Amino acid sequence: MTDSKYFTTTKKGEIFELKAELNSDKKEKKKEAVKKVIASMTVGKDVSALFPDVVNCMQTDNLELKKLVYLYLMNYAKSQPDMAIMAVNTFVKDCEDPNPLIRALAVRTMGCIRVDKITEYLCEPLRKCLKDEDPYVRKTAAVCVAKLHDINAQLVEDQGFLDTLKDLISDSNPMVVANAVAALSEIAESHPNSNLLDLNPQTINKLLTALNECTEWGQIFILDCLANYTPRDDRESQSICERVTPRLSHANSAVVLSAVKVLMKFMEMLPKDLDYYGTLLKKLAPPLVTLLSAEPELQYVALRNINLIVQKRPEILKHEMKVFFVKYNDPIYVKLEKLDIMIRLASQANIAQVLAELKEYATEVDVDFVRKAVRAIGRCAIKVEQSAERCVSTLLDLIQTKVNYVVQEAIVVIKDIFRKYPNKYESVIATLCENLDSLDEPEARAAMIWIVGEYAERIDNADELLESFLEGFHDESTQVQLQLLTAIVKLFLKKPTETQELVQQVLSLATQDSDNPDLRDRGYIYWRLLSTDPVAAKEVVLAEKPLISEETDLIEPTLLDELICHIGTLASVYHKPPSAFVEGGRGVQHKRLPARAGSGESAESPDVGQAVSAVSDAPPAVIPSQGDLLGDLLNLDLAPPTSNVPPVPSSMQMGAMDLLGGGLDSLMGDESETSASHYRTEVQSPQPPECSERELGGDVGGSPAMGVSLGGAPVGMPAGLGAAPAVGGGLGDLFDLGGGVGVTAGSYIPPKTVWLPAMKAKGLEISGTFARRSGVIHMDLSFTNKAMSVMTDFAIQFNKNSFGLAPAGPLQVLTPLSPNQTVDVSLPLSTTGPVMKMEPLNNLQVAVKNNIDVFYFSCQYPISLLFVEDGKMDRQVFLATWKDIPSENEAQFQIKDCHLNSDAASNKLQGSNIFTVAKRTVDTQDMLYQSVKLTNGIWMLAELRIQTGNPNSTLSVKCRAPEVSQYVYQCYELILRN
Amino acid sequence: MIGGLFIYNHKGEVLISRVYRDDIGRNAVDAFRVNVIHARQQVRSPVTNIARTSFFHVKRSNIWLAAVTKQNVNAAMVFEFLYKMCDVMTAYFGKISEENIKNNFVLIYELLDEILDFGYPQNSETGALKTFITQQGIKSQLQTKEEQSQITSQVTGQIGWRREGIKYRRNELFLDVLESVNLLMSPQGQVLSAHVSGRVVMKSYLSGMPECKFGMNDKIVIDKQGKGGTTDEAGKSSGKQSIAIDDCTFHQCVRLSKFDSERSISFIPPDGEYELMRYRTTKDIILPFRVIPLVREVGRTKLEVKVVIKSNFKPSLLAQKIEVRIPTPLNTSGVQVICMKGKAKYKASENAIVWKIKRMAGMKESQISAEIELLPTNDKKKWARPPISMNFEVPFAPSGLKVRYLKVFEPKLNYSDHDVIKWVRYIGRSGIYETRC
Repeated sequence: MTDSKYFTTTKKGEIFELKAELNSDKKEKKKEAVKKVIASMTVGKDVSALFPDVVNCMQTDNLELKKLVYLYLMNYAKSQPDMAIMAVNTFVKDCEDPNPLIRALAVRTMGCIRVDKITEYLCEPLRKCLKDEDPYVRKTAAVCVAKLHDINAQLVEDQGFLDTLKDLISDSNPMVVANAVAALSEIAESHPNSNLLDLNPQTINKLLTALNECTEWGQIFILDCLANYTPRDDRESQSICERVTPRLSHANSAVVLSAVKVLMKFMEMLPKDLDYYGTLLKKLAPPLVTLLSAEPELQYVALRNINLIVQKRPEILKHEMKVFFVKYNDPIYVKLEKLDIMIRLASQANIAQVLAELKEYATEVDVDFVRKAVRAIGRCAIKVEQSAERCVSTLLDLIQTKVNYVVQEAIVVIKDIFRKYPNKYESVIATLCENLDSLDEPEARAAMIWIVGEYAERIDNADELLESFLEGFHDESTQVQLQLLTAIVKLFLKKPTETQELVQQVLSLATQDSDNPDLRDRGYIYWRLLSTDPVAAKEVVLAEKPLISEETDLIEPTLLDELICHIGTLASVYHKPPSAFVEGGRGVQHKRLPARAGSGESAESPDVGQAVSAVSDAPPAVIPSQGDLLGDLLNLDLAPPTSNVPPVPSSMQMGAMDLLGGGLDSLMGDESETSASHYRTEVQSPQPPECSERELGGDVGGSPAMGVSLGGAPVGMPAGLGAAPAVGGGLGDLFDLGGGVGVTAGSYIPPKTVWLPAMKAKGLEISGTFARRSGVIHMDLSFTNKAMSVMTDFAIQFNKNSFGLAPAGPLQVLTPLSPNQTVDVSLPLSTTGPVMKMEPLNNLQVAVKNNIDVFYFSCQYPISLLFVEDGKMDRQVFLATWKDIPSENEAQFQIKDCHLNSDAASNKLQGSNIFTVAKRTVDTQDMLYQSVKLTNGIWMLAELRIQTGNPNSTLSVKCRAPEVSQYVYQCYELILRN
Repeated sequence: MIGGLFIYNHKGEVLISRVYRDDIGRNAVDAFRVNVIHARQQVRSPVTNIARTSFFHVKRSNIWLAAVTKQNVNAAMVFEFLYKMCDVMTAYFGKISEENIKNNFVLIYELLDEILDFGYPQNSETGALKTFITQQGIKSQLQTKEEQSQITSQVTGQIGWRREGIKYRRNELFLDVLESVNLLMSPQGQVLSAHVSGRVVMKSYLSGMPECKFGMNDKIVIDKQGKGGTTDEAGKSSGKQSIAIDDCTFHQCVRLSKFDSERSISFIPPDGEYELMRYRTTKDIILPFRVIPLVREVGRTKLEVKVVIKSNFKPSLLAQKIEVRIPTPLNTSGVQVICMKGKAKYKASENAIVWKIKRMAGMKESQISAEIELLPTNDKKKWARPPISMNFEVPFAPSGLKVRYLKVFEPKLNYSDHDVIKWVRYIGRSGIYETRC
């Protein structure tokens, strides 16, 4: 009799016919019909319409028919809850059946029907079945509790099933114990904090006893449960280990792996000098190797786990390299995993064999496998120094095969070899360069570019090579673009004379034409670095790099520990914590390895300490990807953020071309004396200020595109610079600082602050402030020589700025400035210089030159500096102007903590050229109407309301240039508060 | 735990679908079909995660079995279960094929209901299952109460693999020591890796509940005995024949704790055929054959291959079913072969020369030489030169394992160890026996 015919009914009136057959009187026909229904259900047809008819067949003494009906019920009860109730009676009756198989079947099926109403009826039969005399029924009932808990957790708790389940752990039948443990473990997972699985030495002992007697599956449940226990001390942990080790000889791989999990976990607690510890280590290796003779799927699971074990305890399998050699017929997933483990086990002792194997693998067919094999050769070179040379020559042989992906992979690893053994294998560069054209993968291209940049001085045509990449710059991936940028900067620093154009080209490609913030920021940073201090740039960019470490691709230690607790499970296969792939709360709590408990002194014995530190203290040494490396480089550059430094000038706002020119000069140092001295005279010679300024400005304005980019750039800059204080904040700080000090009569003069710290300017410290004295703006500067040598030849220059500030005469510094000497200079300023709007408005970028170098800094001046003496407006004009300025130009500010009355305030403000035009008093509130005129002729009108007794006053400012209002407010605040 | 189990044919049509957990829906069935069965490339991992659902799959001929879960299950257990499931099905209806599965789908559902409960594997011993899951179905009235409780106690009991009351007129047992010897040798004759994986398969036809004890020339046991009492000489002479077993695993009937403490193998065997133990050795392996390859490239379009095989065991023994596979390049256009013994043929579809020899005695040597004509190609890819592989069967255990005794005690029934007829047979087969060329 065959059942396959049931699969072939595809007639149209099928359901109708089936209905008739199900209601047939003949038993055989009924059974046939139910089989047809199940067959349809299997292939995915909807046969739920037959529900009542199928349920009618339930009342039968034919066990086979009953099971089929139950199967149907489990599938469709949920969609027909009301009709499912019809089945309840039969279930309840079956639970009383004299045949234990039927009782178990009923309770098993009932638990699978996820209908609330049925669940209610399940409780009583389940309670009975949990105490049934037959173990078969009890073991089924135990699992049923877990099913019920999945449907209605509250019900299970209320009915006290959990306690009954706990009692079953002491059952005489091992299979009942195992199922109870499985059910409890599952329920406990969804209640992470409950003490459901109250594991104590007594229950552990019961579990260990049952372990010897139950089925293979039961052993797995028990071992997995044991793994969650934390022994009280090393002695208990040892005794559990002793009772678990026999499981390592079980034929079922899952039993073996679960036992390995328990041992790996509890081993943590054993003191390492214990003999038993060594014995255990020795016992673990053979069963792990045996797992590799299982079926391929299991081999895969085993290998993924061995990968973890090798990372945690490399000593276990260190002599077993050969078993991981790849067999020709292994499935690809087994091959790849074996290769991974081979690399981890490679050592000086076995390197020759490993290399020979890897060379074989590199000629295989599967692309992924070949790539990994090539990569493995590189890893070996890095890991075992003695083999490096052989590895490199093997890689070169492979490159000669000209197989595209082999060549690319080889270049990627050779780059790493260079990073491990710098200045050793550069002879191969020529061979690498021959294959430049065949590289089409970003990683390989990036690696090659890195090599060219790093060894630019040894490659005659490095500039040509890099230039060839530059042509399609925008089509490259980010990885390649970043490398190219860095490589060209390196090249420039090594061969500045020939490559200036190239570096300018790449910098402008990176900063202006790219919308990738990483690339743009890196570009800016190099640019600034090169322009600010080329010597420092050389020190930073060409600094000696830390060698890459030996071990690679290690799993991060805390994750590794967690995964060790999950040996055998999916988590160990995916190498991810369960939370990464399990939905909801189930089993997501993080597991930890037990700490070496109790015997503290043994843990501190030097031997152990060393071993522990080897495992846990050593930072996970992972080859940083190119991106990371450069990330570090950038951090280094920004590392010393000094709080008092005025905000760093943004390089793009300075005359970039000019600065770079200067950079080139100083970079070339003595060799190009002529051009350098030319530059010096240019700055030094007491030319009319307009002249030098025009020159500066001309350079900046040279490219119209520059101006456009300036507008957009600052958005990106603060984020890119990271450590630099936000410009606004920096300004606030500056003024706050001034707030603490008293004010001289007349106009407000902020105290001197350090504008250029000595460490940034080779020992020259410049601090200063601004003052307006009898209608002339002065820049008061203090130069301090903190260096060891005498400084001479000072000169100063301003960048274009918002209000056209410029030195009115040359800088008069008593030269020479000897070490530790300070000299104060007052530099008169004019406001007739070139104008360019700055951000912030009152920002001033200054270049100071001495015999050592050119230094750049920026500072901010209080806008009150620009308030002119004839700023008092006529009352009528004031009124008219006030009305004339649209109200959206009005800005309102609160001035807090000002304890002056209106007259005192008026007086004080007048000292800074803020003139009161009129005063009005309404109730207790005084209103001062004031006017201010800026050097460039802009008028500001203000209304200051001061309430007697209230320290807070209100300032309304109206101006045709509303962006100035805020700075005016800041002046008000400073003047009134000081 | 396992959320559902599906069986598909090679086209991806569902033959069996059993869902155990609420979190697995019908869409999982389709997801597997689309992403794994219909995927063009070969399987890259036996565990596939699709939309946070994990599929464990194995393939038997062209039938796919997939276990599905959304939880962090014990992966090793799931695969062991799938293999066991295959064993059980094979035991019930023979080969796993689409036809057999369709013909027995009711039975399979019944089995799935019994061996997996809520996704937890339960008893999966075929012997026990067959007592109450039959293709005819059970008429509950027809069983006596004793019979029923006997079934349940066996299914749940300590000795789940054997039922009580077995009776044979002739108590007999067969022991097969089946070994597969694996070798990877370099062209120069250096052993890169070699190991024997062996199995002791037992067919027992014994009455009652016999207590058995199995002994072999395990080095650890013999060394121990040598120390304890017997003369040094005896210890030495037996020590010579003893072998070092790297690792062994046992059928669940063997008392593992006893093996761990005393290294003695004691058990109550299942009835009929089963695998008592598996073991692995790597030391002092007798390699039955040595393959000496010689490949010479003559110009770009011709290869000359000469392969010598040497048998390395007692001349009185005969090896059988010898087959040597010599791989040929993909662009082979013709092959001429001359061999001293047996028959050799170039099989173009397999890209290999297959040389078959029916029998060969120990300490003999034979040779094949072939000329391979190649088509000129401009394919840059080098020929991977797969290794030369060999198949054979020899009537001894290459590991050197010897069965020393198998004692049977049945305290209740009236037969003694001497009454049992015992047969022991040794078969050594080639596993992956390769020589690189």
